[in-house]
Amino acid sequence: MKRTFTALGFFALLVAAWHFACVAKIWSPVLVPSPEKVTRYLWEIAVDGTLASAAWITLKRLLAGYIIGLVAGVPLGFLTARVQTARDTLGVLALGLQGLPSVCWVPLALLWFGQTESAMLFVVVMGTLWSVVLATETGVRNVNPLYVRAAQTMGSRGLHTWVWVILPAALPFIVSGMKQGWAFAWRSLMAAEIYVTILSGAGLGLLLHYGRELNAMEQVIGIMLVIVAIGLLADKVLFAPWENFLHRRWGTAK
Amino acid sequence: MTLLQELAPSLSAKLVVENVSKSFRPDGRALVHALDRATLRVDEGEFVCLVGPSGCGKSTLLNLIAGLETPDSGTLASDGERIRAPGRDRMMMFQESALFPWLDVLGNVMFSLRLKPGLTDGERSEVAHYYLKLVGLENFERAAIHELSGGMKQRVALARALAPNPRVLLMDEPFAALDALTREQLYGDLQRIWAERKKTIVFVTHNVREACCLGDRVILFSAHPGRIREEFKINLPRQRDINSVDLAEYATLIMRSLKGHLKSQATEAHE
Repeated sequence: MKRTFTALGFFALLVAAWHFACVAKIWSPVLVPSPEKVTRYLWEIAVDGTLASAAWITLKRLLAGYIIGLVAGVPLGFLTARVQTARDTLGVLALGLQGLPSVCWVPLALLWFGQTESAMLFVVVMGTLWSVVLATETGVRNVNPLYVRAAQTMGSRGLHTWVWVILPAALPFIVSGMKQGWAFAWRSLMAAEIYVTILSGAGLGLLLHYGRELNAMEQVIGIMLVIVAIGLLADKVLFAPWENFLHRRWGTAK
Repeated sequence: MTLLQELAPSLSAKLVVENVSKSFRPDGRALVHALDRATLRVDEGEFVCLVGPSGCGKSTLLNLIAGLETPDSGTLASDGERIRAPGRDRMMMFQESALFPWLDVLGNVMFSLRLKPGLTDGERSEVAHYYLKLVGLENFERAAIHELSGGMKQRVALARALAPNPRVLLMDEPFAALDALTREQLYGDLQRIWAERKKTIVFVTHNVREACCLGDRVILFSAHPGRIREEFKINLPRQRDINSVDLAEYATLIMRSLKGHLKSQATEAHE
């Protein structure tokens, strides 16, 4: 409770400083709109439904790509962890591509897929996949071999061992890979939405882009705040349950 | 199978190890003869301790009996049946508890039971409760593994190993990492549970006194190559106390013999 108040107090102070800076007219009001103006903009788009529809379009793209990246990444990570040939080929590729800033996928996606949802999906999948592959590989290779031996003496074999022993044992690594994958996917999606104007739907990135085109700073700052809020929310909704589980069972730091 | 049958003391198995050899080649290094032509018989319901210096092959022999490794030559059999792979009739306990951190205490005991066919889930959980009670942890069913002390972890590991009602219990230095007081408690508990559940137990240890306290027989190994050297029958009444004078006499005898083997080995190596 005290921590919540500390956080709230901190942000209130930040907004107050912003407000007084605007009142004092230190900067041009065109470049730094007042918090009231940003709030009014956010209120308007919330009321006319633009905000909800843009956020929903963005989240749909993100979740679709993220889930594909996860579903493909975990088995590929298992593969590179277990098969030497896969590690020497796919593993090296994953390491290389993970180092590639995900925004670099955007030009390629545009040429391959045109200004379509597929281009968006592709960029998000590329952002997620390699982190998840690498984290899963590290996780599986760090599983205490004793767990597998113990499970074998209890009659666990093959697929049962993978699903009920190796996968949960690698979970701390996989969850941190999921977090990193999420962060990359989120960044790459924003890049893609800013660059790729597509008719199938205006996401948050596009609103941000329009804000710049229209020189509407309250829109730019307002959408940035929304993006920050969604990032924080995702952390709470997507990862907090996993991290609580890890904390409870492994005794890791919360 | 009914619950009563499941919880009845099991038949224990007879183990026969005949002329078993096993060598390893650690990455890029010379061949290590972990075990050289070992022959051993363990009777039904017998408690046998394997003692010797590091590298004498006692743990290798245990892994071979567990079916976790295969011998280069020789045969191993449990109740006349050739051992080729791990089986539920032979459960193993390790020095580290090897409990699964992603499951709670009950979940760990249930893990081995879920893999055993022919029981309903209700029966499985009743069996799990029974064994947790047997090891004195009935109030810790929902605890996470990291919350337990070293001794409690090994109790859970014991319950997990006993739960599928194996005929043989294989124990690889299970108490080596515990403090002396906890260990003493566990000696008492293990002897009581052994008397109650009538398992064949093969127990590996560095600790000669521990071996004398627990074993009907103590088998002495020597290292490089790993060989069975001698065996001692411990004719002491149960429950045994690790601090008793009679037990110390046995331990001194075995210790002297162990040192003798080490010395003769050193001179052999010198020549």
